[in-house]
Amino acid sequence: MKRRVAITGIGLVTPLGVGLEATWRALLEGRSGAVSVPALAEAGVATTFAARVRGFDESRFASKRELRTMDPFIHFALGAAVLANEDAGLELDEAGGLRAGAYLGTGFGGLLTIEAQHEVLLERGARRVSPYLIPASIANLAAGQVSIRLGLKGPNLSPVSACATGAHAVGEAARCIQYGDADVMFAGGSEASLTPLCVAGFSAMKALSRRNDDPAGASRPFDRGRDGFVMGEGAGVVVLEEMARAKARGARIYCELVGYGRTADAHHITAPAPGGEGAARCMRAALDDARVDSEQVGHVNAHGTSTRFNDAFETQAMHSVFGRHSAAVMVTANKSMFGHLLGAAGSVEAAISAQTLATGIIPPTINLEDPDPDCDLTIVKEGPQEEHLEYVLSNSFGFGGTNACLLFRRV
Amino acid sequence: MSKHEIASEDKIAARVIETIAAQLELSRKEVQPEATFTEDLKADSLAVMELLLALEDTFDVQASDEEIDQMRTVQDAVQFVERQLAS
Repeated sequence: MKRRVAITGIGLVTPLGVGLEATWRALLEGRSGAVSVPALAEAGVATTFAARVRGFDESRFASKRELRTMDPFIHFALGAAVLANEDAGLELDEAGGLRAGAYLGTGFGGLLTIEAQHEVLLERGARRVSPYLIPASIANLAAGQVSIRLGLKGPNLSPVSACATGAHAVGEAARCIQYGDADVMFAGGSEASLTPLCVAGFSAMKALSRRNDDPAGASRPFDRGRDGFVMGEGAGVVVLEEMARAKARGARIYCELVGYGRTADAHHITAPAPGGEGAARCMRAALDDARVDSEQVGHVNAHGTSTRFNDAFETQAMHSVFGRHSAAVMVTANKSMFGHLLGAAGSVEAAISAQTLATGIIPPTINLEDPDPDCDLTIVKEGPQEEHLEYVLSNSFGFGGTNACLLFRRV
Repeated sequence: MSKHEIASEDKIAARVIETIAAQLELSRKEVQPEATFTEDLKADSLAVMELLLALEDTFDVQASDEEIDQMRTVQDAVQFVERQLAS
């Protein structure tokens, strides 16, 4: 029998706040994290806004000297991991550290650092390139830094799967606990790639909203007027803990992680498979993993990016999985407020799903004023909705046609 | 050595120490001439490399690989800068 996995800690650094409490409050109030970013306008990028992390004081988590050796994506990850650790009330000793690990991924890694050092190379020569370029920017150093900081000597890995990264990290970390490789796992993703270069790249794909005069209204999943996603930044880390261990120490348990699915579309580099075929198989895989029927799922925390294709295909995928039960499934899209946190999105939304099960409250989807008939789902939009939920499914899909779904159960 | 040269050497030493202190986030008092970078000032090899880049920038000098390898103490760094500026 598989060992059971409890979620006992949440650490968030998001455009809606630092920490679960601040972020959750903003979600329930229906606030948007999107703001104008003058640097984007100055660089001539067609989209001039993004969802930014504000009020994050990285000096709380490391010395100035240490911070200089890390890209901001590592600052966010370290902050989220330390907050998750505090929230879980873990006090890992030497032996506990040997049974604890970190799976923390990122979409891009240290893009800000890479770009800044590239400028040094061009303007001042190769000899002036920082010895910290590599350890500050490579994708696995968030997991590395967090392991150093918290003494996590078990499995250490950094999944990279674009916008599904955070969900894959959580799912794979849960496997570590189920399989007996670790008793505690810090899992999630982080992203700090709001550079003009990166935004210009997404903009060139026509993937981003261009609602420059109304950043807060730009991310509108499932709305007829949606015109692309809104880039965001931040980090989400959850503490996964073997259930018996969590109960024995009297930990507060948000929920249980019971199912994990991962599939590939094998279709196109960026476009989802027709009908959301790969996404549907992924949702079913998560349900099968937990031996749960689709009728038992009361709520889906959707990928819901606010792009034309994703939202329509995700809708079709849900219909194919839930059938006649579809209308009874309450759907919400956190990205309407967070924006799209890319590599962090999946773990931030996993954390929100866990908090939803713990509180029985589903945060709303904002900006849904004119529901798209192609997105005929039951979407929570008028404000937070109280609901008795047993199972919550969280969807994450990434470029490359990679999909990850997580299924949570109330405890 | 003239009085003038001694004064300027003291000034260089002070600026080297100031740069090291700023780079490693230490007080100037902690940066004693005989202090070793790795043991006493707790700088790892990467921090030492970064420190050298800062010294090179500050004084517009350049260290060879051999000089970098031999630089273990604050005094070594001071002497390196003085040598470079004298030549």
